[in-house]
Amino acid sequence: MSILKNAIISALGADAVFDGNNYPASMDFCVVPRGKFVDAAKAMKKIHALLVAEWASDESQLGRGFGVFACYRWGAEYLIVKIELPYDDPIFASITNKFMPAYRFERQMKSLMGVVPVGHPDLRPWIKFEDWPEDAWPLRKSFDASKPMPRVKGEYKFVRAEGEGVYEIPVGPVHAGIIEPGHFRFQAVGEDILNLEERLGYVHKGIEKRFEALSWQEGSRLAGRVSGDTTVAHSLAYCMALESMTGCRVPERAQWLRALFLERERIANHLGDLGAICNDAAFAFMLYQMSRLKEIMLRTNHKLFGHRFMMDRIIPGGVSVDIGPDGRELILSELKKLLKEFNRLVVIYDENSSLEDRVRETGILIPDKARELCAVGIVARASGLNLDCRMQNPFPPYDRIGVNVPVLISGDVHARAWVRVEEVRESIRIIREIINALPSGPISAEAGIPSPDSSGFSAVEGWRGEIVYWLQAGPNSEINRGMVRDPSSVNWLGLEQAVLGNIVPDFPLCNKSFNQSYSGHDL
Amino acid sequence: MKLYRFVIEFLQLAILLGVAPAFTGWVRMLKCWSQGRTSAGIFQPYRDILKLFSKDIFLADNASWIFRFTPYLVFGTAVLAGAIIPMLSLELPIASTADVIVLVALFAIARFFTALAGMDIGTAFGGMGSSREMTIASLAEPAMLMAIFTVSLASKSTSLSQMVHVIYSGQIALRPSLAFAFFAFILIALAETGRIPVDNPATHLELTMIHEAMILEYSGRHLALIEWASMMKLFLFVMLGVAAFAPWGIAESGDIIAISLAFVFMLLKLVIVGIVLVMIETGLAKMRIFRLTEFLGSAFLLATLGMLSFFILE
Repeated sequence: MSILKNAIISALGADAVFDGNNYPASMDFCVVPRGKFVDAAKAMKKIHALLVAEWASDESQLGRGFGVFACYRWGAEYLIVKIELPYDDPIFASITNKFMPAYRFERQMKSLMGVVPVGHPDLRPWIKFEDWPEDAWPLRKSFDASKPMPRVKGEYKFVRAEGEGVYEIPVGPVHAGIIEPGHFRFQAVGEDILNLEERLGYVHKGIEKRFEALSWQEGSRLAGRVSGDTTVAHSLAYCMALESMTGCRVPERAQWLRALFLERERIANHLGDLGAICNDAAFAFMLYQMSRLKEIMLRTNHKLFGHRFMMDRIIPGGVSVDIGPDGRELILSELKKLLKEFNRLVVIYDENSSLEDRVRETGILIPDKARELCAVGIVARASGLNLDCRMQNPFPPYDRIGVNVPVLISGDVHARAWVRVEEVRESIRIIREIINALPSGPISAEAGIPSPDSSGFSAVEGWRGEIVYWLQAGPNSEINRGMVRDPSSVNWLGLEQAVLGNIVPDFPLCNKSFNQSYSGHDL
Repeated sequence: MKLYRFVIEFLQLAILLGVAPAFTGWVRMLKCWSQGRTSAGIFQPYRDILKLFSKDIFLADNASWIFRFTPYLVFGTAVLAGAIIPMLSLELPIASTADVIVLVALFAIARFFTALAGMDIGTAFGGMGSSREMTIASLAEPAMLMAIFTVSLASKSTSLSQMVHVIYSGQIALRPSLAFAFFAFILIALAETGRIPVDNPATHLELTMIHEAMILEYSGRHLALIEWASMMKLFLFVMLGVAAFAPWGIAESGDIIAISLAFVFMLLKLVIVGIVLVMIETGLAKMRIFRLTEFLGSAFLLATLGMLSFFILE
């Protein structure tokens, strides 16, 4: 029973060709005529599907023009709709009016690939800066990434507000704290925020282009560097997309260990975030205590797996490091201590009324808005959307252990913090179950090489939310396109909405409760 | 004899300049301990000031004389205020020329020029900080005057030395009006010196700053002077509170032994006030900025109640 597929068929009939060269085979993939792209989006909107990602691929080496893809999700189901554009006429109809997140996906596609979404309300460049030539499209195959780029003069026009007492506050891209760069432009009256406009792209490294120059094996290392704090989830998503294409059967022990790494990464980052949220309300005590707990996790990681963040410990076909009986003991005793101290700190957080006054009803993202923006991860779960890939598309051991997903509906800073609190506890439970029932066997298998002109998709619940990879093999089975969609790509839009009507000095608190990745967004 | 009183006056200024950074260091040290961290030691503020003095000044092109003049003015007013508030001895020659209203005005001048300097460069953060600082000032200054007037009503003088003398001689011990004024003063002092829950002196988040936002563009010795002045301001508010509400141990005459004893008492009080301050700061998050009106409004209310209770009860 495939709801998305039925909706496409009933809307487009025989125009939708369900073509089978996309993996995993369980997900639907269809090619529709160029003119029917918006109709497909309408059909998806009608059944309340969410837009996961929209991207383009240069398929000239496969003897075609550009492919434009839109991926939708309904519950646990995913469906990719593809249209093909001729190389000399790369225009298509925008779906921004149907799905909000397409707003930035399409700007990005226009800037980097040079495919033009007709009817898009705002075609200012995104990620690519205005001092690059208009016709430099780095993701096209004809673009030579090894040559220096000539600079041109250009101007980025921010949205302006005018009137009595309206003033503009530019913040960043370089911030006072040790964080990534990004520019925020506030329009404010007194302390009230009228509008916030984000400008990102300062950490654009050309990762998607770089994938195309790497072997499949090297790709997982690059994926692990998309966003350093999410290295496990990103390399896992890459590996799962690749394994679905090659039909590689990952040994069960390796899958359990992958889940172990994923949950440890989640706990460490949530701990850091909880401390940082409190610190932005000048409650520094919590920052230092939470950082201390996070440090315990990281040191154990280093001791057991040889890397504090477990970078490159997930490889195509399995994992590169095993765990012995000593390590299992160490993790169990560490978690016992951690949980006890964590619960004590949560009580302090919960009972401090001055802190509560700051976090409650600040930065509200209402459920309707979250749904409209197709938010994912922590942000979605704090705004009433019950989304979690571990629950909806489980790989072993999640199918056996199960995941209790915390969902709150208030959508404020407190909700985003509390989702993290609950997830830390849940992850501790999951890790205990993994340790107690870890199956024996090998920890890796031969990953293999995908067949030419095939593509693979994966969605993994990182600590920020759903990470999506889509890999495409070229005519010689090399990487033709590596599409990365970090949760930040959609959730950054949520921040812009959440701060409206708040006051300027509450912005850092809102921002920290989202804590989206700049690097994962800019790629 | 006259000369000797000036010696005491200068001694008091030397203590102000010398001990104020140590008090800030003490507060920071306690704060580190309360958060489970190792501290940089009580003398770190001296090293910070020394470091800033040895650095070059980086001045914006459009900085006017106000921007360059403000650090000296802020520093100067802090020193002058230190000459009025009795710390060791009541016999301060300068104190008789200036009363508590002058003291409040001195702080107001420093604040006025800091706010101007914040706007002088034309950055968004400076203007934002100035606007917030003036909002607080408009609420804190009347409350501060009310609180001090309550004390001066009891002592029938606005001269600080006289006020302390009356309180010290036990004529007005344990009056309800003083209790009200005392609590009002604590709230005002937290706001005036930019401590949590009003402002966070340790933050790096420009958008949340109040005092720090105005001085973001300062560097080198300008910044050193401003930092030093704000350490002195914190110290002076502690001294003012101690003088007005707990002057025990202060020297009434210029006797050397009495003054040395007064110094020991002063250090003891600083240690205690530091502990109380850190307990407040560690236990509280920063207020939402619009809660400040309620916070300072209640300070004003307390001070008014103190004044009313003086007329009704005493």
